[in-house]
Order: sequence, then C-alpha cells, then structure tokens
Amino acid sequence: MSILVYTESENGKLKKAALEVVSYAKAVADQMDTSVTAIAVNANDVETLGNYGASKILLVKDTSLEAFNAKKYAALIEAAAKQEDAKVVVLSSSADSKYLAPMLAVGLEAGYASNVVEVPSSVSPLTVKRSAFTNKAFANTEFTTDVKIVGLSNNSFGLVESEGSASVENFSPTLPESGVTVESVDKATDKVSIADAEIVVSGGRGLKGPENWGMVEELAEVLGAATACSKPVSDLGWRPHGEHVGQTGKPVASNLYIAIGISGAIQHLAGINASKVKVVINTDPEAPFFKAADYGVVGDAFEVVPKLIEKLKAFKAANA
Amino acid sequence: MKILVCISHVPDTTSKINFTENDTKFDTNGVQYVINPNDEFGLTRAMWFKEKQGASVDVVNVGGAETEPTLRKALAIGADSAIRVNTPATDGYAVAKQLAHVVNEGGYDLVIAGRESIDYNGAMVPGMLAAMANANFVTNCISLEVDGTSAKAVREIDGGKETVSTSLPLVIGGQKGLVEESDLRIPNMRGIMMARKKPLKVVEPTEVSAETKAVSFEKPAPKGAVKLVDADSIDELVNLLHNEAKVI
Ligand SMILES: Cc1cc2nc3c(=O)[nH]c(=O)nc-3n(C[C@H](O)[C@H](O)[C@H](O)COP(=O)(O)OP(=O)(O)OC[C@H]3O[C@@H](n4cnc5c(N)ncnc54)[C@H](O)[C@@H]3O)c2cc1C
Ligand SMILES: Nc1ncnc2c1ncn2[C@@H]1O[C@H](COP(=O)(O)O)[C@@H](O)[C@H]1O
Repeated sequence: MSILVYTESENGKLKKAALEVVSYAKAVADQMDTSVTAIAVNANDVETLGNYGASKILLVKDTSLEAFNAKKYAALIEAAAKQEDAKVVVLSSSADSKYLAPMLAVGLEAGYASNVVEVPSSVSPLTVKRSAFTNKAFANTEFTTDVKIVGLSNNSFGLVESEGSASVENFSPTLPESGVTVESVDKATDKVSIADAEIVVSGGRGLKGPENWGMVEELAEVLGAATACSKPVSDLGWRPHGEHVGQTGKPVASNLYIAIGISGAIQHLAGINASKVKVVINTDPEAPFFKAADYGVVGDAFEVVPKLIEKLKAFKAANA
Repeated sequence: MKILVCISHVPDTTSKINFTENDTKFDTNGVQYVINPNDEFGLTRAMWFKEKQGASVDVVNVGGAETEPTLRKALAIGADSAIRVNTPATDGYAVAKQLAHVVNEGGYDLVIAGRESIDYNGAMVPGMLAAMANANFVTNCISLEVDGTSAKAVREIDGGKETVSTSLPLVIGGQKGLVEESDLRIPNMRGIMMARKKPLKVVEPTEVSAETKAVSFEKPAPKGAVKLVDADSIDELVNLLHNEAKVI
C-alpha cells in the first residue's frame, strides 16, 4: 500500500502544482507510515519529484496522450492505483484534475473530497478539511470508503522539500476509447494562467476603460503574475472572458491577490477568498473590499499603480 | 432530443453562513435559496434547444420537499416537467447515484448539469453521473451545439479554451458562456401560472449510502483589520509584502 499522487505537466515540464501535491502526499504518507508513488504523463523532469517526497514514479510516455483527456487520464490513474494498491489518491485542484477526479472516483469506488486545505486531522477514519460555501466556511469531511481521493486546493500546502530520490518505472496500461476528442486549443502560451499563478493582479470598473490596462499588465509583468478582472469588466468587453474571476468566473487561490479599482462585491469575493494575502487599491475608503483585504491603499489607481511598479522594480533590482 | 437539467438548490451568495447543533448542521434560518447559477445558464441553453431544435426539457433535484419552490421556478422559466428524488442530498456520490437512476429510467440523451454548485463547490456530481450512466462528459462547458447524435462543445481550460467533439448520450458541466447573462429569463406571470399546472413528480430514492460525510463545520478565524498604507509611501507596501506577508 502506498499513496498515489497524480502530477501534472505541460509541454514535458512538471507544473508547480505537481510539486505541491507530492509535498502534501508525503506529509499524509508520514502520518500513515507509508510511501508516495507519483504518476506522470509525458514529463521529462520527473526525477525532481524525489526531492519532494516521491519514492517511486510511474511514467507514462505516449504521444497519443499529449492532449489532456479526462477519461483516459482517469483510467491511467485508476490502473496505477490498483497496481499499487493505493488507499489514498491525491490530486490538485486544476481544471484538468477536477475534470477527471469524479470519473476516477466511480472507477475506484472511492470517496472524493475536493478543495481540501490541510493535512488530514485524523487518518482513521480519514478526515479532511475542505472549503465550502464559496470559501465562507470549512467542512470537516470523513471518508467511509476503503479508497479515498483527496483534491488539494492550490497553494494551500506549499512546497516542502525532503531528502531522497525516486525510482522511475515505465507504465503503459491499456486505455478505453474516450468519446471526447479535442479539435483545437486556444491558449495563450506566453502568459501565466490564473490557475497556475502565485500572484494575480486584477482590475475592476474603477480603471475606467480598456485603454488603461497597460499599467495592470506592466504590474503583472514585474511580479510574474497573471492578470484578472471583475465581472463587469469582461461583460463590457474591456478584457477577455477568461480573465473574469469570482463566483461566476474563475476561482483564484493565489498567494497574493492585488485588486485595483474593484469594489469587493460579495460575488467577487466569493471567487477570490481562497487567496492568502489580499491587497486593495481603491479611491473609496468605504469600498467593501477593505473589509476583506490584508493591506489597502486609499488612493487613485492612476497614481498608486505607477508608483508601485516603480518601487517593485527598484526592489527587484536590489534583491536580484 | 430528451434533455434533463440537474438543478441544485443553493443558498444565495449573499446569505449569511451559520451552523447549528454544535457546528454540525447548516443553519437554514433566514437563508434565501436560488437555482444554482451554473444550472440557470444550463436551463436557459436547454430552452434554446427546445425552441430552436425541438426537445423536451425535464428538470430534476435530489432533495427534500423544501426544494420544490426552486423546481417550480425552473418550470416557470419553461421546463416541461420536474422530478424530485425524495431524499436529502448527502454527498456528491449519493446524489449522482440517484440522478443516474433517473437518467437510465428516463432514457435522456443530454444531461445538463452545472460546473459546480455554490454550496459545497464539489464539482463532483456531473462527472460521477456521467461515469455511472456510461455517457460522455465535458465540463467547464461554455458552448454546446448538438446535431443529430453528435455534439460540439467549447470548454474553459486553465489559460484558454478548447473545442471538443463528442456524441450523445452526453453529460455536461455548464457555466456562464453557455448562454449570455442577458439571455437569462425572469419567470413572468404567465410562466408562473403555467408552472402550477405542470407535473412535479416525486420519486422515492434507490438505496445508496454516502461515501463521505461532513462531520462538522467551521468558519475562518475572524480577519484582522486591513493595514492601510499611505498612497505617498508605497515603499512601505513593498516592504510589508516582502517582510511581513512574505509573498514577494
Ligand atoms: C449572480 C451574480 C453573480 C456575480 N458574479 C460575479 C463574479 O463572478 N465576479 C465579479 O467580479 N462580480 C460578480 N458579480 C457582480 C458583482 O456583484 C459586482 O457588481 C462587481 O463585482 C463589481 O465590479 P467592480 O468592482 O469592478 O465595479 P464597481 O462596483 O463599479 O466598483 C468600482 C470600484 O472602483 C473604485 N474606483 C473608481 N475610480 C477609481 C480609481 N481611479 N482608482 C481606484 N479605484 C477607483 C470605486 O471606488 C469602486 O469601489 C455578480 C453579481 C451577481 C448578481
Ligand atoms: N441535489 C442535487 N440535485 C440535482 N442536481 C444536483 C444536486 N447537486 C448537484 N447537482 C448538479 O451537479 C452540479 C454540480 O454540483 P456539485 O458537484 O455539488 O458541485 C450542479 O450544478 C447541479 O447541476
């Protein structure tokens, strides 16, 4: 018995979230006195996983799996879990992992808890804390099944290095027909995505118009951050729909969220509350966002943001 | 085409979240319930299929009698009939099992569910249902077209979107984009009157036990007050983010 963890990669390179789920799986394995086996698909740098606690890696090399396919990937993980007799399977909260996890749960007859934010409070019965009610509360959830799937909320555990190295084995189970074929992918490859970002810089209607986003993008570039926006901003067509965050948009669970000219309506906060540190820049000291934020600047974005960019550049130069 | 829209009955986002009985039960006192927003987009897309391509549209909820006003609202928006599986929604797995039974009995071609519900945000039910009902599954769906038994869908992925082709029977996890917000319908008087006469069938559950159980709830520790930084000393903000928050 070991803990199985699915590690995601893109263009042959492991994602940061992969290192985080392995770090987390290692902590759970220590609680349960067992080891961590990772499964990766077409990644070229899997040895790294040894530094975060994996002792064995099942590596799938298959060009037909270049494009993510939820059903096939779920079948891969299912086969690996059965081979390893894994009782706990750990996944991230990426869109892909959340897509495949419910199908995997049915295949393994496993209970599944998503958006888990901490290591289990008990291993018998396995009990995890997950966020619920759009991050306004947590539910302590107990599993009643033999096999359990834990979906870890992004950036909730962080990266923890451990001593050790991993053996790599090739893994190639037979896969089902998928029924869903990817025809085309439209994805900005030169930008950090909101889901992967550690820092997200977000603009609201207070920025007045799309022509003013230059400074938002510049701030994001200095910070290596993803850009996001409030709902009206994407509804007005100032920014692409994919940038809309909140209850009806993308969820954000970054380490740092900077809100510029966003009032902080409850539906907006619902989607970004899982972010650790929140900074708000707003002219109105009464804006509700100040109640939800850790740091705030009452001021005009058109003055504050350029200053912030300048100070951050200086900071980076000094700390380079 | 026979369409089933899964409707989850959830507290409105602006509701106060509290718990009772030693933090083991959600406190429904004063809570306003609504159709899960993702399901409202799905239901509206289903109405489009009904009107433009010809389809029957049933809605379903797994829950107690208290969810009936939510189902009636879906009928007022235009669904033909409603089904309530008479059992509390315990966990995603148990709900999916009940829904799979409804799907198999009813022979639905297309099941429209939401990407996630805004109460438990599980994003569990649609994928489990698809696997149980042996149907294809596309989630984070922002566009759906059906032609005979083939379907084309666009889904949001991290950092972009992808177009996929698939076939019926199909389950989707829908979200905004499936229809625009401006297409959402507020039930009018005629719709509400008609909804009263439409069938709302209560069916008894099949035997299933849950796989997970929320044993207790907690709220985040109260947040400290925001630290305000003067607009003229942005240095201080950079300093705090680096040394105190340790995020840059
Ligand atoms: C069912 C439902 C779902 C929703 N889902 C979402 C969602 O997912 N995401 C979302 O974001 N919203 C959502 N909303 C909308 C939400 O309620 C708010 O309307 C929206 O978030 C407001 O966007 P905003 O803060 O950009 O704009 P406004 O509310 O117009 O706020 C603009 C802010 O900018 C400030 N400002 C103005 N000028 C400046 C300046 N020069 N410098 C600095 N600050 C300035 C103002 O003081 C103000 O606080 C939803 C609403 C509903 C009903
Ligand atoms: N009790 C329920 N009855 C009917 N449909 C549900 C129920 N719970 C969830 N669903 C459907 O599954 C979707 C995702 O819910 P969840 O898995 O709870 O995040 C919802 O948007 C609904 O379409």
